[in-house]
Amino acid sequence: MCTVCGCGEGETTIEGHEHQHDDGHSHSHVHDHHEHGDHSHDYGQGAAHAHAPGLSQSRMVQIEQDILSKNNQYADANRRYFSEHGILCLNLVSSPGSGKTTLLSETIKGMSDQHSVAVIEGDQQTALDADRIRKSGARAVQINTGKGCHLDAHMVAHAMADLQLLRGSMLFIENVGNLVCPAAFDLGEVAKVVILSVTEGADKPLKYPDMFHAASLMILNKTDLLPYVDFDVAACCDYARRINPGIKIVQLSATTGEGMQQWYDWINAQCKIAQTGLSEAG
Amino acid sequence: MHEMSLCEGVLQVIEDSAAAQKFSQVKTVWLELGRFACVEPEAMRFSFDVVMKGTLADGAKLELIDLPANVWCLSCSKHIDIEQRYDACPSCGDYQLQISGGEEMRIKQLEVE
Repeated sequence: MCTVCGCGEGETTIEGHEHQHDDGHSHSHVHDHHEHGDHSHDYGQGAAHAHAPGLSQSRMVQIEQDILSKNNQYADANRRYFSEHGILCLNLVSSPGSGKTTLLSETIKGMSDQHSVAVIEGDQQTALDADRIRKSGARAVQINTGKGCHLDAHMVAHAMADLQLLRGSMLFIENVGNLVCPAAFDLGEVAKVVILSVTEGADKPLKYPDMFHAASLMILNKTDLLPYVDFDVAACCDYARRINPGIKIVQLSATTGEGMQQWYDWINAQCKIAQTGLSEAG
Repeated sequence: MHEMSLCEGVLQVIEDSAAAQKFSQVKTVWLELGRFACVEPEAMRFSFDVVMKGTLADGAKLELIDLPANVWCLSCSKHIDIEQRYDACPSCGDYQLQISGGEEMRIKQLEVE
């Protein structure tokens, strides 16, 4: 069992962490303090097989507890950490192929002279995305969820411990490419940013309403391709606002740089809010 | 398989309360699911059986309670019922709706031995 939080074994891996357990499960924990940003963790979700013999009479037990309460506790702890340290944490969600990683690496290039940026990369397998992010100049940790379809707050807490985030910095979490499950899992982020590219359908907000409902900002990416595709921007924005009347929308192309300034402006505004009340000391 | 992780969450809560409430077997689990909770009942039932195998809730019955959302139509000034988050008001066709709740995923109670 993991000593940080008592987590069990499973399919998830975070770069750089591995240990072996008596029960035949393993996760990795390599602690290399000279190479921050090059870690991976291995998680699991094993059951605690509690077999208690003996019979008693059937009775009712009132639980009234949220199924995601464990996740929400970790998320609250993460959020509190971000708040205390003035860290802006954004959870980037989209379907696969919307250009999240390109947007992120361009954002890092565009903003890292003013901000310290760290990235948590979530993918089912491989550390390819974390490698790409590191090349653009930010520290990154890759989480591989194995069979999982989303990141949870507990995986993020481990990755945060590796990243040793600076006060007043920015943390981007690139969630697993999936417009369904990540909507339900609070990671402790300040806001969810949903990225939709114009090569997808304009009706995605209606098809995946939960995600667009949960997001504070929608980025319409790859606008440089608009002349070549049949994508109704106005309809898409209308659908998104039908699901979430308060959602902000930024249109940009991470490849050409068009519209990126609006995105930076939004981030800077969020950063200011995150850093409000943060004292210089400590 | 998002429902699979949810069922693992259910199992964790069950195991925690088994220690606290001193029971060794779960016969029935009642789950309250909000209509907009992004949970597919059939997938939930399937995952539930798989996840509970070999645990103290092996073979337990799963009872799902559907919780409608509380929806207020600003145009009609009345409570209405909708099936999906993007639905219009069935009376006036307007989308100006205030939705509260409907995202619940709660373990209500257990029948235990």
